[in-house]
Amino acid sequence: MFTKKNTLNERSNMSGKKSAGLSGIKYILIFGLSCMTGNTFASVSIQHWQAPSGAQVYFVENHDLPMLDVEVDFAAGNGFDDIVKPGVAALTNSLLDSGVDGLSEDDISRKLADIGAQKAEHVDADRSGMSIRTLSSTAELEVALDIMSRILQHPLFPEDVLTREKTRTIAALKEAETKPESIASKAFNKAVFGSHPYGKSLEVADVEKIQKTDLENFYHAHYNSKGAVVALMGDVTRAKAESIAQQLTGSLQTNEANIHIAPVTLEIKATELRIPHPATQAHVLIGTPGIARNDPDYFPLYVGNYVLGGGGFVSRLMNEIREKRGLAYSVYSYFMPMQQPGAFQIGLQTKKEQADEAIKLARATLREFVDKGISEKELKAAKDNIVGGFPLRIDSNKKILDYLSLIGFYGLPLNYLDEFTDKVNAVTTSQVHDAFKRRIHPDAMATVIVGAPEEKMQAK
Amino acid sequence: MRIQLIKKLCWLLLLLTYSVQAEVFEKTLANGLKVIVKEDHRAPVLVQQVWYRAGSMDERTGTTGVAHVLEHMMFKGTKAVPAGEFSKKIAAAGGRENAFTNYDYTAYFQQLHTSKLPLAMKLESDRMQYLQLTTAEFIKEIKVVMEERRMRTDDEPHALLEEKLMAAAYQEHPYQHPVIGWMNDIEAMTALDAQEWYKTWYAPNNAVLVIAGDVQAKEVFAMAQLYYGKIPAHKLPVRRNFSEPAQEGIKRITVKAPAQLPYLIMSYHAPTVRDAEKDSMPYALEILAGILDGNESARLNKTLVREQQIASEVGAGYDSTARGPSMFTLEGTPSEGKTITELEAALREQLTKLVREGVTPEELQRVKAQVTANEVYKRDSVFYQAMQIGQMESIGLTHKAIPVMLRKIQEVTTQQVQDAAKAIFNDDHLIVAVLDPQPLSDKPKHAGGPIHVH
Repeated sequence: MFTKKNTLNERSNMSGKKSAGLSGIKYILIFGLSCMTGNTFASVSIQHWQAPSGAQVYFVENHDLPMLDVEVDFAAGNGFDDIVKPGVAALTNSLLDSGVDGLSEDDISRKLADIGAQKAEHVDADRSGMSIRTLSSTAELEVALDIMSRILQHPLFPEDVLTREKTRTIAALKEAETKPESIASKAFNKAVFGSHPYGKSLEVADVEKIQKTDLENFYHAHYNSKGAVVALMGDVTRAKAESIAQQLTGSLQTNEANIHIAPVTLEIKATELRIPHPATQAHVLIGTPGIARNDPDYFPLYVGNYVLGGGGFVSRLMNEIREKRGLAYSVYSYFMPMQQPGAFQIGLQTKKEQADEAIKLARATLREFVDKGISEKELKAAKDNIVGGFPLRIDSNKKILDYLSLIGFYGLPLNYLDEFTDKVNAVTTSQVHDAFKRRIHPDAMATVIVGAPEEKMQAK
Repeated sequence: MRIQLIKKLCWLLLLLTYSVQAEVFEKTLANGLKVIVKEDHRAPVLVQQVWYRAGSMDERTGTTGVAHVLEHMMFKGTKAVPAGEFSKKIAAAGGRENAFTNYDYTAYFQQLHTSKLPLAMKLESDRMQYLQLTTAEFIKEIKVVMEERRMRTDDEPHALLEEKLMAAAYQEHPYQHPVIGWMNDIEAMTALDAQEWYKTWYAPNNAVLVIAGDVQAKEVFAMAQLYYGKIPAHKLPVRRNFSEPAQEGIKRITVKAPAQLPYLIMSYHAPTVRDAEKDSMPYALEILAGILDGNESARLNKTLVREQQIASEVGAGYDSTARGPSMFTLEGTPSEGKTITELEAALREQLTKLVREGVTPEELQRVKAQVTANEVYKRDSVFYQAMQIGQMESIGLTHKAIPVMLRKIQEVTTQQVQDAAKAIFNDDHLIVAVLDPQPLSDKPKHAGGPIHVH
């Protein structure tokens, strides 16, 4: 209600592009300066414990607003799909709320709406989970938690809902196959990760094969209490948080699940894939396997990427391709750190006829960056932004909840966040240069161009 | 039980409304700049937003898109702050910044640590007065805008459909033109057009400054006086009033674009809030949108997607706040094997049922409960709170209408919802737009296989 649905034409739409660098970085830090002003979020302390169920729990107690955010995650993302049964992980996630003992899918959404609660499921290559946002007043809180607890621990995966959702998934897949950005992303993942689970894209035939027993088996294998990470942020006491964590995970399976994804082959060969498309713009992706979440090169690469293509309007790619020449509206680079090395990716969209010029420029910018590194001035600008902008990353319950889940899921040290700005400040120009030289090889990158100029479909 | 719950929620809402409003302060400077401060001390951060009451609806035929082009040019430098420096200075201060243009307004924002407000004010006030529009910068930036149009509209079938729907829906009102402008107008635009726009609309007496976050209102007012206070006001053009002629009969359009699935949009002309206290239909329509599409088991999804399986996606939407008129919109994708005609019939059946039988008290209360909870959740985002204030100010309702509207929403009755449905869902005021999907090419997809080189 009162939320504008109108088209907003922004100067740059970077939000959906993960262009702000390593989009998932989360941390907590105490700010001397702001402690004096009495802000609740100036210092945020994470409480961590293991629930009797075995689940790892991360909690920040905050009573500013009468609301609670809870998220539960499992190592049950698409990367855990059986190689011959892709799509099972995603459907298992999306059907969690399709019915539990005593509650149909309609009962679930209706009861949550009655108390104004918001529920969301999410799945990526590593993680699968759900989150809920509710008022913290007792009546609302208890209903929300009861439903969340039943969804997580007693899903029924009804046959009729599965049939319907398979049909809808197939329709969405077919639609995606006509969209240049989807075609590009699918081809890019395959070019970068080959047969590794991170490179796998879902096909219509895969979805058609999926049976109810596949979901049940996947659920029982991967949704277990020992692998569960519970994050809580908001208006409950520690004692209540403890009981919530147990309520949400106490009835899960206790078996040991495989939580490891196979290693990614880091070295790839140079490839260029040109896929015709009638769109007016070519969609270009250039990249290679990048870094894992716990990588020792993480900070030099993160800070370096800010200079290359992560820093909004002030990055080198933005300057060369957009500001100087007006070749694109959006151009960016980022690392996507995952359990195994996720992609390093450069992306842009430009009018077909000038695609080759833009690609040439992007490659030259990357090559110069890797060959010569960054200046002290650029390093300082990057640090100023990342360190100075730190308070903006922890200024809401929602953001802090995301950070708690991330720390918990990837086993980052609890003080990781306290040390974040120190680690950024410690990065040197030679570390950036060295890390990029070792990790990013401009001569061995995958390039995908969807909507490539047809007349130039020859080797350059 | 349910009644008690609702009573409690209403009480909670009232309480919140008071506490929220208690923290909103406003002051108008001598030059006409309205300054609004929303204090929120949870985190040591703030957002500055400057809203100009000039959007694409203030444009003229031939230069559509100029409001948005000027928005881009606002980052291209002043005498004191050369091109590119604005962004660099904000970045160096740890800030995030951007801008957006809509039918009704153009707005600029920066999010920063609370100590950086002087910098943000210095930069924003400088470009309110001293923008240097050069042809060299314009020639580059206009290309960026063309790329933006290609990305957002030309290559996005659903956006294209919406653009053409708006163009067909309005005969007189400038909402018929896309915010980003028609490509031909963008191509023909000159730096002079942008300059003219800037001179006409960018003045303190046509702007609202919203500051939200960890600030003290008194200090903000003093600082605003220091940085913005000396900018001279200037005479604004008389704004034209538009009164869209009645449609007098159903309109249908078809748009062909490369896609796999067809898409249907049905839009009914509808009013917006003009007097927050006296109006009632817009609130009933907000509730109605919630009853149709406010949650996964709301009428449309429950019936069309889950039960009848006529649609794979379906939605309803209505925006009660705008300078101009609004539309109540239903949209969706038919399921495989179902047609646009079947989907339209199914949607119409839902509307007929609404008009004939009305809505249940449970449905009404469910939407109200969601509105109440959202008011609490809203406070988790300083940016969104500032956004809401800025929007309401820009369209002329002022932020003081926010609590009034929330109260009015809670007062809506089932009878009012049914009456609103009766009044709105009339074929004479309906426009139907259909996306007719075209194959990507004559060749089978990936014909001959993609070419690998290197």
